Amino acid sequence: MGLEAKLNQDSFFTTTIDAIAAWARKNSVWPMPMGISCCAIEMMAVGDPKYDIARFGSEVMRFTPRQCDLMIVAGTVTYKMAHVVKKIYDQMPDPKWVIAMGACTSSGGMYRSYNVVQGIDQFLPVDVYLAGCPPRPDNLLNALIMIQDKIGKSKARDFQDEPLTEYPIHIKN
Amino acid sequence: MEIKELLTQKIKDKLPDVQFTTVEFRSELSIIINKKDIVKLCLFLKDDPDLAFNFCEDVTAIDWARRNQRFTVVYHIFSMKNKFRLRLKCDVEEDDCKIDSVSSVWKTADWEERETYDMYGIHFNNHPDLRRMFMPEEFEFYPLRKDFPLMGIPGSLPLPKK
Repeated sequence: MGLEAKLNQDSFFTTTIDAIAAWARKNSVWPMPMGISCCAIEMMAVGDPKYDIARFGSEVMRFTPRQCDLMIVAGTVTYKMAHVVKKIYDQMPDPKWVIAMGACTSSGGMYRSYNVVQGIDQFLPVDVYLAGCPPRPDNLLNALIMIQDKIGKSKARDFQDEPLTEYPIHIKN
Repeated sequence: MEIKELLTQKIKDKLPDVQFTTVEFRSELSIIINKKDIVKLCLFLKDDPDLAFNFCEDVTAIDWARRNQRFTVVYHIFSMKNKFRLRLKCDVEEDDCKIDSVSSVWKTADWEERETYDMYGIHFNNHPDLRRMFMPEEFEFYPLRKDFPLMGIPGSLPLPKK
């Protein structure tokens, strides 16, 4: 690591807040495991020691959306489930990212039918689409690395001035 | 006596006013009856100690699309005592798309009839809770009918706003 050598020499280095925030952010992406069907099995395999998502700082699968940065939508999203997925997505704090894992989630896949949403980008902003049915665990790691690259390029001002319109409170007089 | 003969003989003896025909295909017995007799026959088949059809496995329907009597409601019932499975069939017209519920006979028929209602739009009289099962409550169509397009009707299922 170059960091220790740098600290031994001068005990300080200069950087920008943006760079250090993005570096911290991208190496601790906490996923929300939105495992809806068979892709979730591959998502579980990513957590095991063979593939080990912990190498990328994302082993903390949080089962509450309020502690998550990344939603891995793993599985077929029906029209009825779409409302649940959106509700959970809305509860995640900004900044947040979405991986559409697998063919069903990205495009409806083999379920070309009235009850399956033909791609979750109809109601969610998707960052990475992941091919495969289901995708291999290494493929999900690849998607995570792509998300990390995207986060690494982000600036703090990208996430400012987001109006809070999710759950307006109505007060009756 | 074999169970199939016993079954038809018993119905003839005990329920003389019930009209029925039997069809046997690959040693599976089907009984075709009028829809007005369904609850009476089911109650008899369940309560008779020799027959004892104590398990309603499935209630579903067939949409024949262009036939005069458009729907057929199909019941699969099973007798644990005789280890015998029986199929009951009732024709239902499209104009009078109603049949009596057998949920008073077998409690499990409650959800099976709800599913049939959800997918085919067949109403079950005297059903305790006839709501949609898979589709949203405000959905207006019946997906397993033959005139329903495979990709659905655009805009009929709402998505959350982006």
